Amino acid sequence: MIWETVRLAIQAIFRNTLRSILTVLGIVIGVAAVIAMVTVGQGSSNQVTADVEKLGTNVLMVMPGAGRMGPGNNSVSAALEMKDVEALINQLSSVRTAAPYNQTSLNAVYGTEDTRTSLAGTDARYLDVVDWPIVMGRGFLPAEESSGRAVCIIGETVRQELFGNTDPIGETVRLKNVSCDVIGLLEAKGASSFGTDQDDIVLIPIKAFQRRVTGSADVSMIYVAAANNVSTDRALVEIETLMRERRRIGAGEEDDFNVRDMKQLASMLTGITDVLTGLLSAVAAVSLLVGGIGIMNIMLVSVTERTREIGIRLAVGATGNQVLLQFLVEAVVLSIIGGVVGIILGLSLAAIASNIMVIPFSPDPMIVAIAFLFSAAVGVIFGYFPARRAARLDPIEALRHQ
Amino acid sequence: MPHRAADTTPVIELRNVTKVYGHGEAEVRAMDGVDITIESGEFVAIMGPSGSGKSTAMNMIGCLDSPTSGEYLFNGVQVAKLSQDQRALLRRNYLGFVFQGFNLLARTTALENVELPMIYKGMPATERREKAREALAKVGLSGREHHDPSELSGGQQQRAAIARALAGNPQVILADEPTGNLDTKLSVEIMELLKDLNERDHITIVMVTHEEDMAAYAHRVIWMVDGKVERTGTPEEVFSHGRQSA
Repeated sequence: MIWETVRLAIQAIFRNTLRSILTVLGIVIGVAAVIAMVTVGQGSSNQVTADVEKLGTNVLMVMPGAGRMGPGNNSVSAALEMKDVEALINQLSSVRTAAPYNQTSLNAVYGTEDTRTSLAGTDARYLDVVDWPIVMGRGFLPAEESSGRAVCIIGETVRQELFGNTDPIGETVRLKNVSCDVIGLLEAKGASSFGTDQDDIVLIPIKAFQRRVTGSADVSMIYVAAANNVSTDRALVEIETLMRERRRIGAGEEDDFNVRDMKQLASMLTGITDVLTGLLSAVAAVSLLVGGIGIMNIMLVSVTERTREIGIRLAVGATGNQVLLQFLVEAVVLSIIGGVVGIILGLSLAAIASNIMVIPFSPDPMIVAIAFLFSAAVGVIFGYFPARRAARLDPIEALRHQ
Repeated sequence: MPHRAADTTPVIELRNVTKVYGHGEAEVRAMDGVDITIESGEFVAIMGPSGSGKSTAMNMIGCLDSPTSGEYLFNGVQVAKLSQDQRALLRRNYLGFVFQGFNLLARTTALENVELPMIYKGMPATERREKAREALAKVGLSGREHHDPSELSGGQQQRAAIARALAGNPQVILADEPTGNLDTKLSVEIMELLKDLNERDHITIVMVTHEEDMAAYAHRVIWMVDGKVERTGTPEEVFSHGRQSA
C-alpha cells in the first residue's frame, strides 16, 4: 500500500514536471546552501588544524601582556628579554629549546626591485622550534648571532619578488637603512591558516634587529619547543611558574604575560570558522523554511485543482486517511527529491569552492544525513495541512467541482 | 459472493428520511419524509423534475450524505451509526458508482482507473490487474486497457466507469444519470449493459434519470416531487399516470 502510494505520488509529480521543478527549487537551494556552507567550513577548519599541526603541536609561545591574546594588551606589561629565553632552556627540563622572536614590517630593496615584507629578528633555534629547513645557503653562525652581523635568511616569496628564480645567496639586500647579506633561503611553506603568506619573510639575527631596527633590547615573543616526551600542558604550567618567578609576580596577582600552545591557537581559529559556518548555515536554513512554504503553497493549489479527483477517490471507497496519506506522501517525495538534488548540488559546489580556496574537500556524512531528514521533515510538516484539507473534502461537493 | 443476503432484509431501506440544507429563511428541504425500500436484485430508477431531491436521495443511498432525520439501513445496518471510515469501507465493498460525467481520472489509463477501488482494498498488483482486465472485458473494452480517457469515446468512457464500479465486486451499482452525456444509440448500449449486469450477475441497480426511455429498463420507478416520493410502480404504471395527469 505505501509503495503503491509512493508510485502514485511520483506519477502525480511527473504529470506536472515544470511546476514540480519550480516547487522543489526552494528546497534544492536551501539544502545546497547548507551543505555547501558546512562542507566548506569543515574543510577550512580541517585546513587550520592541519596547518597548526604542521607548525608543531609541541610548540608554545610566550608573550608579554595579560589575559587574552589580541591587540591592545601588550603595551602595558614589561617586555621579555634574552635572559628569559636562556632561563627557559636551562632551568626547565620540559623545554627542549626556545628562541626569541621580534617582528616588524618594512620594505626590502634589491637593485630596482623592492617589496613590502616582514622582518623577524630571531636566532638559529627558531628554525629548530618550528622545524623549518633551509634549502639553499646556510643558517646563522654563532658568531653572527653574538655580534649581530647584518646577514639574512629569506623566504621563497621574498626571493621571487627580489631575485626571480636566480640564486640570491651572497647578494645584498637593503632593509630600511641596513644592508644585509643573504646567506640562506627557507623552504617554501605556503599560506598559513591566518591567510598570510608565511614565505613572505626575512630573518636576521635578533641582535641585529634589536640594535639596528628597534634600538632596544626587548624581546617581544618567545617560541618554545616542549621536550619530546613531555606534554605541552605540563610544559605550559612549568613555563608559567618560571616566568611568574622571573617577573616577580606575587601569589594571587594575575600574570602579566601569557603562554599559548598551538592547540589553543587551533581551537581559537577553528572556533572563528565554526561561528562563521554556523551563521551562514543559519541563513541558508531560513531558505529551507521558505522552500517548505513553497511546497505548502503548491500542494494547496494542487488540492484545489484535483478536488474532483479527490471526490472520485472518496466515492470509490478511499478513506480520508488514504487521501491524506496520498497527498502527504506526494509532498514528502517532492521535498525528498529536492533534498537529494540539493545535497548533490551542495557537495558539487563545495568541491569546486574547496578546489579554488585550496582547502581539503571534507564532506560530512552526518550533515548529508541531517539535510536529507530535514528535507523529508519539511515535506511532512508543510504537506500535512494541504493533505488534511484534501482528506476532509466533502465527497459530494468534490464530485460537483469543475 | 458472500454479501448476497439470503434472508429477505432489503438492501436499501430509507425510513422517513428528511434532509434539510441551510437554516432559517434559506432552508431547503431536499428530502422530506422519504420512504424507499429496494430489495436485492432489483433494478430501480429514481425520477423526478430537477430539484425534486432525487440526487440527494442518490447521495444518501451512496453513503456520501447523511440524513437530517430519519433512518437509512443498508443491509439492515444503520448507516448513521457508522464512522466516516466505515462508510468509506461500505462504499468500497458494497457499492459501485457510475456518474453522468463519467468521472474517470484524467491522464490515467482505463486499466488504472478500473484498478482504483482495488488499490484502496489493498489487493496485490497482479491480482488487481487481472480483475481490472476481466472487468474491462465484461463491458466490451478489451484492447483499450492502456488508453487514456481522452482517447476514448463517451460511450467507452462510461463503459470504463462501469468497469470500475464492477471491479469492487459490488452488491449495488448506483448510476447517476449514466446516459445524460450520451446520444441515444450509446445510451441504449449502456442501458443494455446495466440490464445485463442486473440479470446475469444479480447486481442491484439504482439509477437516477430524467429520460423515460432509460427508466423503462428498470423494474420499478420511484417518482419524486419536491423532496417527496409521489408514486412508485412499474415504468408503465408510473408513466401512464403521468400522461393522464398531464
